[in-house]
Amino acid sequence: MARKFTLEDIGKLLEKYGVLELEDVKIEGDIELEVEGGVGVSSELLATLQAALQSSQMISQFAVQAAHGLFGILAIAKLAGYPVESVLQSLGVPAAPAAAPAEMAPPAPVAPAIPEELVAAKFEVGKQEWVGQIEEVIIGATAADGGTRENVVKIGGDKTLPFYGFEYQNPNPPRIAIDCFDMPIPLAKAVREHYADVMEDPGEWAKKNVKKFGADMVTIHLISTDPLIKDTPPKEAAKVVEEVLQAVKVPIIIGGSGNPDKDPAVLEAAAEVAEGERCLLASANLNMDYERIAKAAIDHGHVVLSWTQLDINDQKTLNRHLFKLGVKREDLVMDPTTAALGYGLDYAFTNIERMKIAALKGDEELAFPISCGVTNAWGAREAWMKESPIKEDSDWGPREYRGPIYEIVTGLTLALAGGNLFMMMHPGAAAVVKEVTQTLGGFKEVEKEIEFENWLTWTEK
Amino acid sequence: MKAKSPMELYELLPKTNCGECGEKTCMAFASLLIERGKKLEECKPLLEEEKYREKYEKLKELLAPEVREVVIGVGEHAKKIGGEDVLHRHELTFFNSTGLFYDVWDTMSDDALKERVDRIQSWQKFYVGEFLKLDGVAVRNASGDPKRFAECVRKVSEITDLPLVLCSFDATALEEALKIVADKRPLLYAATKDNWKRVLELVLEYKVPVTVSAPNDLDGLKSLAVTFSQAGIEDIVLDPGTYPTGKGLETTLANFVRLRRAAIAEGQKDIAYPLLCVPMTAWLVYDNEIDAAYWETVLATIFTIKYADIMILHSIEPYALIPQITLVANIYTDPRRPVAVTPGLRALGSPTEESPVFVTTNFALTYYTVESDITSNNIDSYLLVIDTEGICVEAAVAGGQLTAAKIKEALEESGVEEKVKHKTLVLPGLAARISGETEEATGWKVMVGPTDSGRIPDWMEKNWPPK
Ligand code: B12
Ligand code: SF4
Repeated sequence: MARKFTLEDIGKLLEKYGVLELEDVKIEGDIELEVEGGVGVSSELLATLQAALQSSQMISQFAVQAAHGLFGILAIAKLAGYPVESVLQSLGVPAAPAAAPAEMAPPAPVAPAIPEELVAAKFEVGKQEWVGQIEEVIIGATAADGGTRENVVKIGGDKTLPFYGFEYQNPNPPRIAIDCFDMPIPLAKAVREHYADVMEDPGEWAKKNVKKFGADMVTIHLISTDPLIKDTPPKEAAKVVEEVLQAVKVPIIIGGSGNPDKDPAVLEAAAEVAEGERCLLASANLNMDYERIAKAAIDHGHVVLSWTQLDINDQKTLNRHLFKLGVKREDLVMDPTTAALGYGLDYAFTNIERMKIAALKGDEELAFPISCGVTNAWGAREAWMKESPIKEDSDWGPREYRGPIYEIVTGLTLALAGGNLFMMMHPGAAAVVKEVTQTLGGFKEVEKEIEFENWLTWTEK
Repeated sequence: MKAKSPMELYELLPKTNCGECGEKTCMAFASLLIERGKKLEECKPLLEEEKYREKYEKLKELLAPEVREVVIGVGEHAKKIGGEDVLHRHELTFFNSTGLFYDVWDTMSDDALKERVDRIQSWQKFYVGEFLKLDGVAVRNASGDPKRFAECVRKVSEITDLPLVLCSFDATALEEALKIVADKRPLLYAATKDNWKRVLELVLEYKVPVTVSAPNDLDGLKSLAVTFSQAGIEDIVLDPGTYPTGKGLETTLANFVRLRRAAIAEGQKDIAYPLLCVPMTAWLVYDNEIDAAYWETVLATIFTIKYADIMILHSIEPYALIPQITLVANIYTDPRRPVAVTPGLRALGSPTEESPVFVTTNFALTYYTVESDITSNNIDSYLLVIDTEGICVEAAVAGGQLTAAKIKEALEESGVEEKVKHKTLVLPGLAARISGETEEATGWKVMVGPTDSGRIPDWMEKNWPPK
């Protein structure tokens, strides 16, 4: 049976401990302490008590006259979660009852404050309101639009942060392009084994990316055009682009070698042979004659990739320049640079997250889909090195499992920051990033039901 | 935190500019308080003098982080979780890195248990000047037997000082374990809608932090949290459940984000506790070990970024551990912190006048990587650290912070000329572009090293001493 602990009882208790009066204490409303295997202490009472204790008159009343008795009350207050120590300190009373003289009667044992029922509660939280929306960009053109692709790929259109479907549904899931090159290149072992049979033939390589590895798009990197590599002339490089367009029916991305002096000529030639296919031209950047890239895209109906290196202001500047040259808003994708896990991923993550938030808050110069060169993850030595060069490190284990997971974590992290398009290399990594981004985006119905609690008793088979 | 400006804090400080906190003025101290660069307790007058008592309390309240900070374990390995103030790291920084706790279970053989705990506690990976390590051990009551659970907890606590999470839905099992390790401040997992009364009793008695768990039921979760907090419990951790795939995963992410947003954006104190995530639920879905470990890492990635303060994981394979712990380090790196080390000459090992002189940058990530590659391979040498304003090799060459002139200046200041007799410098492979200029400017012979400092040992074998 619950015993009610009334105001009168408190009075008696105070009396017992020699407290003559509680000055400045105003007690209003229903107050009851329930004693039964537990003490329910009403919060009003405690609030009042605390207010009382903090008032300066109380210092003389309590601290001097009745320091002992105080502990009885406070024990209750403390059990109910009150910051008794600090109250006591503010009174100049030592907090530890242990300091009390031995003859003091210990306060009546009080059972912990456990209520009968769970306190009912409802969880609610508001939605974040955004004013901006990311531009939706279409890559690829079907016959209806003057191209030869079987399908187009739409990216962007975001109305909220990635995967916040509980607020708004972003219209397009992130998409994945798999890289191929116009010549055999050195690749980490775990990647190379998937492409060894097609490295000599960009068309076959592109086909494999789509047919076997499920790429949404293919990126053809015209890396041999670099004067320090093979210095392939633009015209010849353009033939490789034609080959790839023949080999696959998905939209394609055309990349130069990254040489700022050569790339404009290479991308111009490529844009011309791919007229009307709405390819993504990778890329225009501030250190080159980006005007030529913009013009090539406008003249031949392509989309421009605006690439800057981890700098929001540079990104805004370049975008602005490209628009001034006549690029349309629906024809621009940004690449703010991807750094590998452990090698600057924090910069890349925050840079992309800040751009996305700024865009959703209404900064129109940044409201474009974001492309991430996730293949850069392989630059991390942990992705490819056989073992740690640092002797004190724990064993790094087999590298064939380390590399792909570096690519996955790098890609997924940037997807959570706001990436819309991922250029990747390892087929397994690409598949995992696709699976998880589709799931988080709400595009995946399949589900293996689990009982969450079962993890606790699960054992390896 | 509630404080919005340093002024607000300054008003409550002693305003004597006594300097005891190590800052010249109270205002300077106030600006550091607001970015959590200093602790309030470093102002000794405020702490010790009676007349500031009230102001101290007020300040404490103003400075309390939005999400409650909970400590698991005791001593040097104690792990702080929660204590966060922002939703995005660029708004300030994230403070207490996600606790990575790896599981053991009470049906393991003694040998297997010992081996696993040893691996968890000895595992380490060098990164930017320090060794990353795992945070703790989660002991699972897989047997369902309280005695067996307690026995397992005892064994684990004898092998390791790492903080523990005691995992059982059976209050009796938790109690048996608490009798043994309560003084080590383990985190209890978990109070649920079924067992909460008995778990609450235990928490009141043993004064340990507790997880309240209500899978995919945020009303129920809040209800548990409010009940516990009204009973005087403050060290609460929330488990909204972790569903590994499909709609379940989508909803799990929504739950984590909504809970954290309620705590930080809306200041809902009654739900502002650290969040617990269980990526090891991946193992309930995938039978193949590698698929399961990969998917577990995927879940760990999502929830490292989206607000888990503590995680319970299963795979201790290096391919899962290395990316997980590196990601935590990256996300929790303070974006405001200078990432540079002091430039100048370092002697690594016991260099002689025959030893090589390596050149590198003062970007912390570069410096520590190079330094540890050299020292852990016992290569006695000098390392000339150039002031590149905290920029890595390639970007510094591109951006003009690593130039022949800079190297010349550093070389002269270092006095290394008197220490070696070969007059040969080794540049990073990625700085090959400036090797000619450097030779001209310094009059030293310049050799180009490998592009990755991990290959310096090989390179030494073939190239040092120079012919
Ligand atoms: C993070 C990053 C940045 C950050 C820099 C952060 C910092 N504090 O350094 C920021 C955002 C500031 C940045 C800016 C720029 N960046 Co940047 N950046 C990167 C990125 C993504 C990672 C770099 C990194 O952290 N590497 C890790 C460190 C540890 O590597 P490291 O210093 O080279 O050290 C290794 C080796 O050099 C070697 N090593 C080091 N010392 C020694 C010594 C000896 C003796 C030996 C043998 C070996 C050795 O071992 C180390 C371990 O492997 C790279 C791309 C990439 N993924 O690599 C681009 C990259 C380096 N940046 C690049 C550029 C162009 C720039 C900018 C010029 C862009 C711009 N237009 O503004 C600016 C320059 C800024 C400046 N200098 O003022 C280019 C450089 C291209 C080039 N070859 O010229 C890169 C390669 C990107 C690219 N593909 O274009 N960048
Ligand atoms: S110790 Fe306190 S009073 Fe003294 S200068 Fe610092 S903030 Fe001001």
